[in-house]
Amino acid sequence: MKTIKHIRIEQSSVFADGDELFSLAGEEYAVFARAVYKSLEIDYPKFYKMSNMCKLGFLASEYLLKDMNIKEKFVDRSRVAIVLACKASSLQADIEYSKTMGEIPSPALFVYTLANIVTGEIAIRHGIKGEELMLVQQEYDKEQLSDYVSTLIDEGNTDFCITGMVDYDENHRYFADVCLLGR
Amino acid sequence: MSVYIESGNIISPLGFSTEENYANILSGRSGLRLHTDSRLSDVPLQLALIDDALLESTFAAVVGDGSGFTRFEKFCLLTVTCLLKNSSIDISSPDTVIILSTTKGNIELLESYDSRRLHLWHSAALIAKHFSAYNKPLIISNACVSGVAALVVARRLIESGKYNNAVVVGADIISRFIVSGFQSFMSLSPEPCKPFDAKRVGLNLGEAAVSAVLTRTKLGGAEQQIEVVRGAMHNDANHISGPSRTGEGLFHAIKDALAGDKVDFISAHGTATAYNDNMEAVAISRAGLNKVPVNSVKGFFGHTLGAAGLLEAIIALEAMKDNRLIGTRGYSEHGVSEAINVIKDTGRHEVNSLLKLASGFGGSNAAVLLRKTR
Repeated sequence: MKTIKHIRIEQSSVFADGDELFSLAGEEYAVFARAVYKSLEIDYPKFYKMSNMCKLGFLASEYLLKDMNIKEKFVDRSRVAIVLACKASSLQADIEYSKTMGEIPSPALFVYTLANIVTGEIAIRHGIKGEELMLVQQEYDKEQLSDYVSTLIDEGNTDFCITGMVDYDENHRYFADVCLLGR
Repeated sequence: MSVYIESGNIISPLGFSTEENYANILSGRSGLRLHTDSRLSDVPLQLALIDDALLESTFAAVVGDGSGFTRFEKFCLLTVTCLLKNSSIDISSPDTVIILSTTKGNIELLESYDSRRLHLWHSAALIAKHFSAYNKPLIISNACVSGVAALVVARRLIESGKYNNAVVVGADIISRFIVSGFQSFMSLSPEPCKPFDAKRVGLNLGEAAVSAVLTRTKLGGAEQQIEVVRGAMHNDANHISGPSRTGEGLFHAIKDALAGDKVDFISAHGTATAYNDNMEAVAISRAGLNKVPVNSVKGFFGHTLGAAGLLEAIIALEAMKDNRLIGTRGYSEHGVSEAINVIKDTGRHEVNSLLKLASGFGGSNAAVLLRKTR
């Protein structure tokens, strides 16, 4: 498999294959994420309900698949996989949810207290029905991810794979580094 | 290259070994009971909880000094220590990887601890250090599919030649965080759950720590072994907190896990929520498996989250070795849209292969095929 496209989001900037596409240097995450969403000119109001981690994964995957004719390329979407890793799991969303526990616990926040909801959000957005997996890593370990992804691809049921890291931690540090792999 | 399940351990309210758990199931006991602990819930709840005093004394006797470990960490260390007593593999070898499957780890400490310890990688690193593991552990946090996902991932990593052995650990404990979340979703049943039943109203939460050794090393002689034949995971691409009505992802997972092979028995996820059980019935039916016996053991253990898939796979393979089908505790009147073959009572039946299913939040679905071999 070869890398078709690579997106990195960090410190209020978006990079595609190394080139800066969007930047709001110095802006806090909420402002930055909203600005990126607007710049994409898409209509997906569910974006506003997502946890910070899910927003990050969503934006990264939008950029990843933006200039690609998905309908033509993803012929069979049960053969498109999403294998991501994160460091802090959903800890920031866990903290947000826990603030509601004393009063009326919020189901809308609880649903985001799982690390793999971001993979689910990306799958829903793009109709991706292949393998979906979330790993947790202490440090971004590309080798562990790619070792696993290659076993998945060797099995022969996967044509494309979105893989990399999507992390939003309890101290509001964030980092996304995702690739689209394809044959 | 074939991959086998060499051994397994279950720590649950029904016992601290696989044998004890299996024997208790055969005698019809359930780990569920009414709990009135106000630290967990303002209203009484049916839960399957592990007794703290028993955990403390067993941990002290089997592992050693428990001070310095959280409840979750103790469960993980205890199950792996028990597991290794019946295993021939070396957990500290470069050939072995530890795979931890959990949804929430130490989350009960959210307000009282330093945040480092809440990280799932911290729990995995602690387990790896305790057992002097050579390799970095792999951590899977894929909602309620995690346990089956861990089996699928372990099989692939061994088959590819990356490792010879995997120690798979699945664990979750029940805390107010988890209870309140499921309460907010109105998905808890006030009574013991009734999987696939017409009167099912929701699930019960349970806790368990489970572990298994997967290996490529075949035992010598004529001894029966359990092969992890194939596994698959597919997303519904439908909803983050509800399953697809058409069983889309689970259907694809079953199809890929079977790849044309026959199967004698299905261990379903069977949480006893209205939507989950019906979705499973639809997926099973779509896969043409209406006649294959199906059960859910949630009536014995409750829903043990990140441990569930592994726990239920080990129970299912014990029953397979014993040529028995375990009845679905809580099931009496068929209550799903498809005419699938839900087993009510435990009885003798030749079983040579089984399919373990799981589905969860995020639209995740997984299936793994296990088979007897010599």
